[in-house]
Amino acid sequence: MQFDSFSDFIAMGGYGFYVWLSFGTCAAILLGILISSLNDKKRIFKAVADQLIREERIKKAKQEQNS
Amino acid sequence: MWKWLHPYAKAERAYQLCNTLLPYFTVVCVATMIIGWIWGLAYAPADYQQKDSYRIIFIHVPSAILSMGAYSSMAIAAIVALVWQIRNAELAVIAIAPVGACITAIALITGAAWGKPMWGAWWVWDARLTSELILLFLYLGVLSLYHAFEDKKAAGRAASILAIVGVINLPIIHYSVEWWNTLHQGATITKLDTKAIDPSMFWPLMVNIVAFAAFVGVVTLIRLKNEILQREKHRPWVRQLLTQE
Repeated sequence: MQFDSFSDFIAMGGYGFYVWLSFGTCAAILLGILISSLNDKKRIFKAVADQLIREERIKKAKQEQNS
Repeated sequence: MWKWLHPYAKAERAYQLCNTLLPYFTVVCVATMIIGWIWGLAYAPADYQQKDSYRIIFIHVPSAILSMGAYSSMAIAAIVALVWQIRNAELAVIAIAPVGACITAIALITGAAWGKPMWGAWWVWDARLTSELILLFLYLGVLSLYHAFEDKKAAGRAASILAIVGVINLPIIHYSVEWWNTLHQGATITKLDTKAIDPSMFWPLMVNIVAFAAFVGVVTLIRLKNEILQREKHRPWVRQLLTQE
């Protein structure tokens, strides 16, 4: 460990603002793209599921019309 | 000899391959990211000249290297898409571009936050910085060109051509610190000798480079899976997949 205390670690020898700004934005951007990519998957699956339900409904309606 | 590759041109097989690879990339990414950040922030010694501000190197250099690495992979996928007309390669181009743009943005932002205390300026119109900014615009250009077309076949071709043309920027970024007078410091890791950096800083840096590479892999695989599903959503295998999950 290079730092004596936790406050020393946060201070980064006076460069704390720049170091934490870098690591903070980096973490935010990495998490952002990861979460948005995972959400896309859910959205696509939901669209496919909705389409299936819709087709099922149309099929049912047609059957009722014919009978 | 290369025939074993052929089945992966099929969307379903490519999707399965992504699924197989994803857990490995995830494990490597999480492990190296945690080790790399803690090592770089807390255990690596301070620089004799730049003191603790140099710790930004542990995310700046990996993101800068990977911004170019991801672009190279995107361009290779674009060549495959154009020459052999493989649609999965086209989807790979579009899967890599967003994460490439994010990594490039990180390289620029961390560079600015390092430049302010060391050079006294957030930004200078220096060759290295400007060419890296152009790389960000290339990524965004590839993405917007793809989304500008209604016909996805034409969209994929246009985006691939732009991705290939943009490769010219990569050697410009790499050699910019040698070709022009610059504020930017020279290469930290050179191919033949590692004397520019002490081992106590070199190894955490390497771990972080692996972490970023694995991260690019993870996001690319997730996005490639999404692109395949989106394109194939009317196919029976996608519907079957839905009932399975």
